Amino acid sequence: MKGPARSHQAGSRQTLLQALVAIIAASASYAWALSITPAPVSRQISTPEAMLVRALLDIGDSKFSSAFDHIDSLLLSNPNFRLAQLVKGDLLLSRTRPINSIGNASGGSAEQVAGLRDEARVRLVRSQIEPSTDLAPRYLLQLPEKEKLALVLDSTKSTLFVFENTGKTPRYVADYYVTIGKNGLEKFREGDKKTPVGVYHVVSRLPKDKLTDFYGSGAYPISYPNEWDQMRGRNGHGIWLHGTPRDTYSRPPRASDGCIVLTNQDLETLAARLQIGSTPIVIADSIDWAKPEEVESLRSDLTSSIENWRRDWESRNTEAYLRHYAKSFESNGQNLAQWSAQKNLVNAGKSWIKVRVSDVSLLLYPGKGDMAVATFEQDYSSSNLANRMMKRQYWIRENNKWRIVFEGAA
Amino acid sequence: MSRIPLLALGAALLMVSQMQAGFAANSYEDASKLFKQGSYAEALEKIETVITANPRDARARFLKGLILTEQSKPADAIKVFSALTEDYPELPEPYNNLAVLYASQGQYDKARKSLEMAIRTHPSYAIAHENLGDVYAKMASEAYDKALQLDRSNAAAQTKLAMIKDLFTGSVVPGKGSPETTDVAAATLPATTEKPATTAAKPTPSATKTDTDAVLAAVNGWAKAWSNKDANAYLAYYAPTFQVPGGEARANWEATRRDRIVRPKLIEVSVGSPKVSFDANGRAVVKFRQGYKSDALNTFGAKTLTLVKNSDRWQIVQERMN
Repeated sequence: MKGPARSHQAGSRQTLLQALVAIIAASASYAWALSITPAPVSRQISTPEAMLVRALLDIGDSKFSSAFDHIDSLLLSNPNFRLAQLVKGDLLLSRTRPINSIGNASGGSAEQVAGLRDEARVRLVRSQIEPSTDLAPRYLLQLPEKEKLALVLDSTKSTLFVFENTGKTPRYVADYYVTIGKNGLEKFREGDKKTPVGVYHVVSRLPKDKLTDFYGSGAYPISYPNEWDQMRGRNGHGIWLHGTPRDTYSRPPRASDGCIVLTNQDLETLAARLQIGSTPIVIADSIDWAKPEEVESLRSDLTSSIENWRRDWESRNTEAYLRHYAKSFESNGQNLAQWSAQKNLVNAGKSWIKVRVSDVSLLLYPGKGDMAVATFEQDYSSSNLANRMMKRQYWIRENNKWRIVFEGAA
Repeated sequence: MSRIPLLALGAALLMVSQMQAGFAANSYEDASKLFKQGSYAEALEKIETVITANPRDARARFLKGLILTEQSKPADAIKVFSALTEDYPELPEPYNNLAVLYASQGQYDKARKSLEMAIRTHPSYAIAHENLGDVYAKMASEAYDKALQLDRSNAAAQTKLAMIKDLFTGSVVPGKGSPETTDVAAATLPATTEKPATTAAKPTPSATKTDTDAVLAAVNGWAKAWSNKDANAYLAYYAPTFQVPGGEARANWEATRRDRIVRPKLIEVSVGSPKVSFDANGRAVVKFRQGYKSDALNTFGAKTLTLVKNSDRWQIVQERMN
């Protein structure tokens, strides 16, 4: 028995090994821009994920019994980690017959198995993430002092990054594995099972006891559809950050109806720091990482555009003021012509205007980098009217000049 | 191949136990007979007296474990086999049966550990390997069900694990005298033998060992090597003068056999009711019912092997399916 049995086992393990190596190799092609930078930041990934990755890497190194031990002790504390169960099944099955892929279960749908395979790939991709102090997402141009953190989702890495506002370059705090919509990104309409791309913020909190078990330890709706989405005719609603059901540690990378799903443990950690009503979340296909000086030049461009707009408004030179608005401008049903007519009328009746702008948040829209969202407190007073409000403007770059394409109350 | 150190071990134990409680032998045989007839309550009663007389009697305790298993008292049977593994950690059979019981209760992880112990003590122990394969497959399927959220509500875990029915002697040595004779003979074989082919069929010059026993040992060893898919050991049971069927070249025949032995994932060859006779030339003619089971095939048939004694080893010179 010795001879044939051993070679048989070695063979089956070899193929499992190859399957995993293929996955690891595939994940390497996602090598992250940050990994080349010399200033690593300490990164703590959750214990279950770390153990799963160790097991997968052990398989890659042909250390099958060590892999099995990791998986086994991981499952002892997290029996609902489905991917770990799948890998355990493979490790066991490979002792009885040759297998040449991850997930050799006879039951279950092909979709389920494919989802877990995808999770294995993503978990390995995630294991290569190396945060750095030298780069930050280009989107976080400026955060007001009261904003403690900002979230940035990288969908190709199924990862939600958490950054802390330092007043300067945001500092990496943590990152979490997340599930997004079954059909990926670019949500457009109700029921398309996609996650939106854009700049949003966390609007409210739905406590656990108001929800079914499906949402796990809580839910945090975000502001989809935002003003820009509505202008583009995008609909649907109920995009939430939420947890997982009791019997599920994590869900495959693309499995939700558009929501962003975290493990309950991660959601609870994150929730403790969220500022309901303000914490921004930028959802991107793949994060565009930039050096602080690149971000700074964008930030100062936009800041001076806002300052010029403010000054021109105060000057009551309506023509100069209106030059800050884009041709495609819209505001609550008004187009540029209607807006211009109204502004001309209103400004003519005033002998003075004072506008103060403070607590400015500047976030670059993911995509081509030609749109930004400014949110600030506006303190307006004039000879016949005064008001304070939170204002939001969407700025687009037209002929190399930043112009306002939407303006309204935030 | 596993059989050899196993028998040796068994014999050593048996000798001790027989010396201490010679009178118990008959009681053991009675209990064993009752067990085989299905009279479990009586068998249990008998074997208890044997064990009371000699609490260290591994074979009697083993039989008790089997009786309890048949009586559907898995918890009690588990206690018996567990205690045996503690007292005789070198015996693989109690580990195996313990594993079978655990598996029947769906406790696959315990079954796995038990079988791994059996294999650790006897790396070439075929049944434990097969059982372990089944347990791995079962555990894999369980893990997959959890991975995919399938609820197959494990219908009392249909496993096909094999319970070892007989300690020390194997299940294929038929109606022969007291176990002492075989076992004493086997005990003189080196327990650490690495090459089964050269020793498995080797009759020892023991006064108590008859040629019949040696021939049977060879036939069982041959079946075992086949079951273990150990082509080298298997082929070593064939004499240089073996009449290759159809007059084919020996090398070709060997290549074909090798392929047939290695190819199936699982082979189980059994030797049923063997009858040994000796012809005028001193050749042994063994007729038996050969069971052959592989992942693809499950057959029974009458087989006749003719063996000659070559320098103390009985080797096959002719093989016929009747």
